[in-house]
Amino acid sequence: MTIPTVTQSSSQTTRPRIPSRWERLRDSYLWYSFKRDHTAQLCLAIFIGLVIVAFASPLLAPTDPYDLRQIDIMASELPPFWIDGADERFILGTDAQGRDLLSIILYGTRVSLLIGFGAVILQALLGVTFGLMAGYLGGRVDALLMRLADIQLSFSTLMVAIVVGAVVKATMGGAFYSEYAVIMLILIIGLAEWPQYARTVRASVLAEKNKEYVDAARVMGLRSKRIMFRHVLPNTLSPIFVISTVQIANAIISEAALSFLGLGMPETHPSLGSLIKSGFDYIQSGSWWITLIPGAVLVILVLSINLLGDWLRDVMNPRLYKG
Amino acid sequence: MIAFLIKRLMHAILVMFIISVLAFAIQDNLGDPVQQMVGQSVPESEREALRERLGLNDPFLVQYARFALNAVQGDFGTSYFYREPALEVIGRHLPATLELVFASTLIIVLFSVPIGVYSAIKPRAILSRFFMGASIVGISIPVFLTAIILIQIFSIGVTVTLFPESTGWGSWLNGFFSTEGNMPSFGRGYDLVHVFGHWDTNLATWNGLQHLVLPSIALASIMLPLFIRLIRAEMMEVMQSDYVKYARAKGISMRRVYFVHALKNTMLPVITVGGVQIGTMVAYTILTETVFQWPGMGLMFLDAINHADIPLIVSYLMIVGVIFVVTNTIVDLVYGLVNPTVKLTGKPA
Repeated sequence: MTIPTVTQSSSQTTRPRIPSRWERLRDSYLWYSFKRDHTAQLCLAIFIGLVIVAFASPLLAPTDPYDLRQIDIMASELPPFWIDGADERFILGTDAQGRDLLSIILYGTRVSLLIGFGAVILQALLGVTFGLMAGYLGGRVDALLMRLADIQLSFSTLMVAIVVGAVVKATMGGAFYSEYAVIMLILIIGLAEWPQYARTVRASVLAEKNKEYVDAARVMGLRSKRIMFRHVLPNTLSPIFVISTVQIANAIISEAALSFLGLGMPETHPSLGSLIKSGFDYIQSGSWWITLIPGAVLVILVLSINLLGDWLRDVMNPRLYKG
Repeated sequence: MIAFLIKRLMHAILVMFIISVLAFAIQDNLGDPVQQMVGQSVPESEREALRERLGLNDPFLVQYARFALNAVQGDFGTSYFYREPALEVIGRHLPATLELVFASTLIIVLFSVPIGVYSAIKPRAILSRFFMGASIVGISIPVFLTAIILIQIFSIGVTVTLFPESTGWGSWLNGFFSTEGNMPSFGRGYDLVHVFGHWDTNLATWNGLQHLVLPSIALASIMLPLFIRLIRAEMMEVMQSDYVKYARAKGISMRRVYFVHALKNTMLPVITVGGVQIGTMVAYTILTETVFQWPGMGLMFLDAINHADIPLIVSYLMIVGVIFVVTNTIVDLVYGLVNPTVKLTGKPA
């Protein structure tokens, strides 16, 4: 961050030029270290590439895996192109139902990313609101919310997600659950992981709350809600930013885990996790590609997000909540 | 100390109370026991009488009190699927899970401490960089995928034909990267030794140990990188502290500084995180046991979900809740005992 240079001009009325957002980014330490870090560049490129390819999958995929007319059961379990017996129509081979593996992976990545982003947005909304309330209001609200967060975290978020998923599925029945699986998974993973955000935000709010600008805002007679969201929140953004990357990776893994257990996306509308699950049944018969290629895509996606998160943590170096 | 103990105990009881209310609410809302018990032809008046007799028309709180009273006495109802007391079913599956968790914990402790300490002492060494890179890759691979990869490599086998077979080095490299794949990857094996009660152990025979290898490595794979990174970070922080510098200046051998002075304080946060991670470990046993068809509690829970076996689901939740609460309380107490800076009175420092 550089301080804008104040140019002493002829008249006193010209104010120092405030740099635009782009200029501030260009001069920031964040951009400087990004230019020098090749791992971060590569990871961002892979991540953005995967996001674009996944969301453009209806345009890019050779076949539409949701269209039953394009599926040929006779062409099932064909290997990828570098193995003998491959069919040139299917570059990465086909799965057990005869769906083109490349197309279904593209569509599956889209589903995984959609759930990952959705769940993180929900977590952030809940976690930031509760964290701000706990940190700023303090007292009973703080004790109640943090006790709740502690209890939930002590159970591990994956466990909570599995239990909630299992109970919801048992209550509503499998067919209903499959139909609304995307929304269900976003809700389940979002509700299971909000304490991570809440604790981080609370910790930085506690550090911010006694600073003078907050006192000034209070003296001016602003309402608590406005002080919390307009004044304190912007100063807690960097830790939120850092944990968001890790949380997206976690959400994608949680979704894959739930789908692998049969509590997630159905096989007719698969995510990467349910592709791995359906391929696992055929691994003993030698068709390893049905499970391991989607697995590799999942690992590359999560790894690139995690490495980006590591880099961000090093650069922004926020005081993250330990423990 | 006593005040701290009581406070922790009250907390534990509160958490167990919340878990039991949730578990009861699940049981209460899922399925109708009367429908499970009687046939189609039983008239509504008889059903109503049965409901009255079973106490299903009582207020929620009365029913909950009855449920809690039974649960405290170890009666969690009868599993629909196994047709025997749910606690009995869990007792039969518990040893398999505990052995799996035990083996993984052993792997984690044996590897994370030396690797973490090494990469903290020599952060720039090639081996440390390799460990750090490997650990972030390890974190990014979901546990069930690690399990599948292990099965592919060590149980099914991989035949590599990437290098030209005609040349000597090519066929050597092909042979080097190919694996035979004869590790067992299904269940606990035939050679279990009965210890007592429900406990048949895998740890006593060669066949049993072989069956344990892949599942425990898979389960350990998710925690190991986490602990390596944690131990490294804490150790590096401790190495900067004044007392370590003083110990070095005093001329104590480096080995003693590292392993006696520094490691002690490194392990403090590791204990806390370790306690929390036990919960995560239980969640991951569900995944690991599913892949390896390991007949433990996790696989049983998943089967219970698929059979909609509500008493079994509820008792699993209660038992896992007890495990969590007990371990977390013990970890807190141990942390309080080993860390002299924690005030055991429970007052904020």
